[in-house]
Amino acid sequence: MTTRIVELRRGILKKNDELAAGLRTRFASAGVLVLNLVSSPGTGKTAFLERTLRELRARGAQAAALVGDLETDNDARRLAASGAPVRQINTHGICHLDAEMIAKHLEGWEQVSLAGLNYLFIENVGNLVCPSSYDLGERIRVVLLSVTEGEDKPLKYPGLFNSADAAVITKIDIAEPCGFDRELALKNINEIRPGIRIFETSAKTGAGMEAWLAYLAEQTKA
Amino acid sequence: MTMHELSIAASIVESVTEAASAHPGARVKEVRLRVGALASVVEDSLKFCWGLATEGTPLAGAALAINTLPVIVHCDACGIDAEIAGVQSFRCPKCGELAADLRQGRELEIESIELEEPDPVLPNPVEEQA
Ligand SMILES: Nc1nc2c(ncn2[C@@H]2O[C@H](COP(=O)(O)OP(=O)(O)OP(=O)(O)O)[C@@H](O)[C@H]2O)c(=O)[nH]1
Ligand SMILES: [Mg+2]
Ligand SMILES: [Zn+2]
Repeated sequence: MTTRIVELRRGILKKNDELAAGLRTRFASAGVLVLNLVSSPGTGKTAFLERTLRELRARGAQAAALVGDLETDNDARRLAASGAPVRQINTHGICHLDAEMIAKHLEGWEQVSLAGLNYLFIENVGNLVCPSSYDLGERIRVVLLSVTEGEDKPLKYPGLFNSADAAVITKIDIAEPCGFDRELALKNINEIRPGIRIFETSAKTGAGMEAWLAYLAEQTKA
Repeated sequence: MTMHELSIAASIVESVTEAASAHPGARVKEVRLRVGALASVVEDSLKFCWGLATEGTPLAGAALAINTLPVIVHCDACGIDAEIAGVQSFRCPKCGELAADLRQGRELEIESIELEEPDPVLPNPVEEQA
């Protein structure tokens, strides 16, 4: 027996990365801004997105959403109430979305033509670890953090927070009773992802939504 | 719920099986990975999942060696690339300023595989006739 080392130097998620790169090109040529929303379960992704979709439609923008969950289409039904086209992706036990699931669910989506959209939002499965390695072809990765889940989340999940392009603090309407330490949360996010844009919002009262919508509009021009 | 390590192990199995098929008769002894400290991969989980993912495949029994790479940032002020200690604060170790420009730490790569191959057999005319 002889042993021999064969160099591979190959990305483990090469297949996903290539698919995602293809999607990104497709999105760019269709002129649609694609955002991937990631957070723990229950941070308020769906509530935030519901409000965002509603406000965008009120401003005459075309927006649609893909929403990933392990099971159920509850989130898709909540989002569809905004009037925007919504499609549920059930991952059946897989803890993250991947580029193949996105490609598959874009196909045969009669209500939606990418070229007719200004925004496509992807709500990822609630999880702060697994989605970080899977590129979905998005241009902007948004990490959400609620005032109820602890200011040190960014320090506990640096892989995900460091991969984000924007951060949203949710549920600020209940910040006070929760004893939320705003300064500390902002500092922790910034230590892990220096310079990241941070939005402080409430889906319930609408606080902070103006700044977020202005950011979205600005990004479609970029 | 952080079992994306299972998907990752399955991707490694697929990639390595394909690469090893170019070397018929060889057995994969070890697979060597480069994994950045920010890759969100838990080494123990991945090793556990590796056992599951290789079971009943030609890769069963192959070892998995994980080389963890520290985070390296680029500091504009100092004009250097520097390794940061841990992953809790992205600051230049020299001047202490925040450094957003990541140069290493997200890698998730198969570096190499170690193959065990039977020694080449010299042609034996008698056996060939049989
Ligand atoms: N007070 C308050 N509650 C909120 C707000 N946003 C969401 N919630 C509540 O938080 C809970 C979870 O919200 P969801 O929007 O379902 O959270 P999610 O991140 O989509 O959850 P998963 O998809 O299961 O990961 C619900 O009970 C919401 O009513 C907010 O701005 N203020
Ligand atoms: Mg949801
Ligand atoms: Zn410096």
